[in-house]
Amino acid sequence: MVHIRIRTRTTAFAGALIATALLTAGCTGSGGSTKGADAKAPTDAKKVSGAITVLTQRTDLAQDGTLKKYAAEFKKIYPGVDVKFEGITDYEGEVKIRMNTENYGDVLMIPSVVKKNDYPKFFASLGTSAERSKKYNYTAFTTVDGKVYGQSPIGTTPGFVYNKKVWKEAGITAWPTTPAGFIADLKAIKSKTKATPYYTNFKDMWPLTSWTAANGSVSCDTQAQNKFTTTDPWAEGSDLRTIDTLVYDIVHENLAEKDPTTTNWEGSKPKLAKGEIATMWLGSWAVIQMQQAATAAGTSPDDIGFMPFPAQVDGKFCAISAPDYNQAVNIHSAHKDAARAWIDWFTDKSGYSVTNLALSPVKGAPLPAILKPYEDAGAKFIELNQDKTAQVNEIDNESEIGLQKPDYRQELIDLARGAKKGTLDGFLAGLSKRWSAAEKSAGN
Amino acid sequence: MVQIADKAPRTGAPAPVRERPAPRPSRARLWRGVTPWLFMAVPLALLVTFTYAPVANMIAYSFTDWDGLSPDLKYTGFENYTELFTRPELFQVFYVSVYYLAASVVQIAVALYFATLLSFNVRFRNLFKGILFFPYLINGVAIGFVFLYFFQDGGTLDSVLKLFGASTDRAWLGTPASANVSLAGVSIWRFMGLNFVLFLGAIQSIPGELYEAAELDGATRWQQFRHIIAPGIKPVISLSVILAISGSLSVFEIPYIMTGGATGTETFVIQTVKLAFQFNKTGLASAAAVVLLLIILAATWVQRRLVPDDKVDLV
Repeated sequence: MVHIRIRTRTTAFAGALIATALLTAGCTGSGGSTKGADAKAPTDAKKVSGAITVLTQRTDLAQDGTLKKYAAEFKKIYPGVDVKFEGITDYEGEVKIRMNTENYGDVLMIPSVVKKNDYPKFFASLGTSAERSKKYNYTAFTTVDGKVYGQSPIGTTPGFVYNKKVWKEAGITAWPTTPAGFIADLKAIKSKTKATPYYTNFKDMWPLTSWTAANGSVSCDTQAQNKFTTTDPWAEGSDLRTIDTLVYDIVHENLAEKDPTTTNWEGSKPKLAKGEIATMWLGSWAVIQMQQAATAAGTSPDDIGFMPFPAQVDGKFCAISAPDYNQAVNIHSAHKDAARAWIDWFTDKSGYSVTNLALSPVKGAPLPAILKPYEDAGAKFIELNQDKTAQVNEIDNESEIGLQKPDYRQELIDLARGAKKGTLDGFLAGLSKRWSAAEKSAGN
Repeated sequence: MVQIADKAPRTGAPAPVRERPAPRPSRARLWRGVTPWLFMAVPLALLVTFTYAPVANMIAYSFTDWDGLSPDLKYTGFENYTELFTRPELFQVFYVSVYYLAASVVQIAVALYFATLLSFNVRFRNLFKGILFFPYLINGVAIGFVFLYFFQDGGTLDSVLKLFGASTDRAWLGTPASANVSLAGVSIWRFMGLNFVLFLGAIQSIPGELYEAAELDGATRWQQFRHIIAPGIKPVISLSVILAISGSLSVFEIPYIMTGGATGTETFVIQTVKLAFQFNKTGLASAAAVVLLLIILAATWVQRRLVPDDKVDLV
């Protein structure tokens, strides 16, 4: 009796489940067919009106009122526009979900999960590439079919943040110019000072991904990324192989922190400022945070230095200049002109890039002071060609390697410190194999 | 709606049983039939919206190549399932579950021990109950962070060991074996309280006369446990085992927060999350989630077959 009752109930339940499956399957996906709207810059600042919402990953600036000050400045020029900010802690995760609806702010930072080819479905165009690239850097990063969909308010260059005092104490006066020279310097720091020569930030993961940003600085080739669609990224002598070999060597030679599995990013800042950590691979954006940590820890902000990847072409360093998050206008926004006005103002006039010691997105602007030594060393800034970003990302996802993800580099570090069995060559060969297999299946 | 709410209590009000008239008007009977559904409408709507609809949606996604964002998605039939089952490395992560399975054996044993102990008259009984149950109340993410400091180089664990003169200089999360054992240990710490409370509740529902009778017959504490408590709480033990197995197969929070799946601590759920949110293979990840659901259902079914749920009859 009991059995029968249970059985009828389960059939009813299964029926309901199938019914809901059929119903909800219709709701899957979204966006519809809206495509190809433009966000034109307003001609008369006084006539623009509306309230716009800006989604931002900078929760710190949203909370301490810094962004409100920018909004107040903006309102002086555009009196009819009210700007509100929404700071989102898990920016990527949350915005990705919200982008399945039409309600994802008026201005937002383009999440990295959005495929480049899908930009026209989600964002309003800011203008043609021909016109915008005359004035701005980094336009190629968001250009689809000749139209630009986003603009980053700041540019950064990847590099080592280091404690000048510690490096000096170890007797090093010039930047290393080869990976071997870099390792030798770290060894000198290890033997002559008490500092941890290098800190991986293994546990926090994202600092490991920024190693990929060095791609191109070894060969000084603007096609460094596009090449991945046809050649093996870890081929002998390639940029990425040099980079990953350096990571491996740092850890393998015991030049990194003792226990990478429990590192702490927030805790690493004062440690670097105080000279307990000598070096970290991050980016120019991190310098200001380290300087603030130095001030908080009572040491001198001037001790914080910044240097490029140890490789030279024709006796010159090559630094990669790349955008941060790109700001874009929601294609469903009711106030596209106001949103566009905000992006233009924030990029050109807000002074945001100067306050952040970042590279300016506007062509011809001077370098920030922290990059003065780059100028003195004659370093060359290059912007990687972005023509094949979409294909590279597709192969990357297909292979599940994740060039912009921490996983494979965590494995690399585990390998280097002996927590995982294998050799460096074997490991990189495995990556190459997965990459080329994905290249074939993604190429179709 | 207002009318219904207005009328329902009047007609549907339960009259005292002995006064109930035998023939009832059909309208009242209708209300009688509808009322429970009205009460259930809200919870049912919530249940369908937040539980069954997402599950149904997930099953639907598992037959597509959706990347989690793009408006375009293609129906791909069983392709995701084929891919899943032709890539054995995706199932290798289940080895990690063995650590948690072993941990749950320890967890159930310890919980049973404490529950039995505290079911007798012990001093500070309620205090100990509170202490043992407390970890279960803490948010899993917070626990992850707390134990990150605990296992740090020179962290809490190292300091405590040093007090006892043992300086280990060991990276607790440093190697796959050590990391998994450490994480499984955290899992014991966290979930033991739940098992403990379930067991304690069951033990306390055993009538007191049985113990008295047993004591009169000269039974020892062990004999009381073996012949009264253990059979008395058998359904709860078997429930705990089911929960432990499904829990071990779908471990997520603690390793995700503490190691992010690095150093050989990746579980099936972490892997699924990474497929969906890192590599944008939402379709494949949904298929993986469906497969995990089926595996857990199968494990439960096998278990119920092996240990049928008999009615407990102590007397």
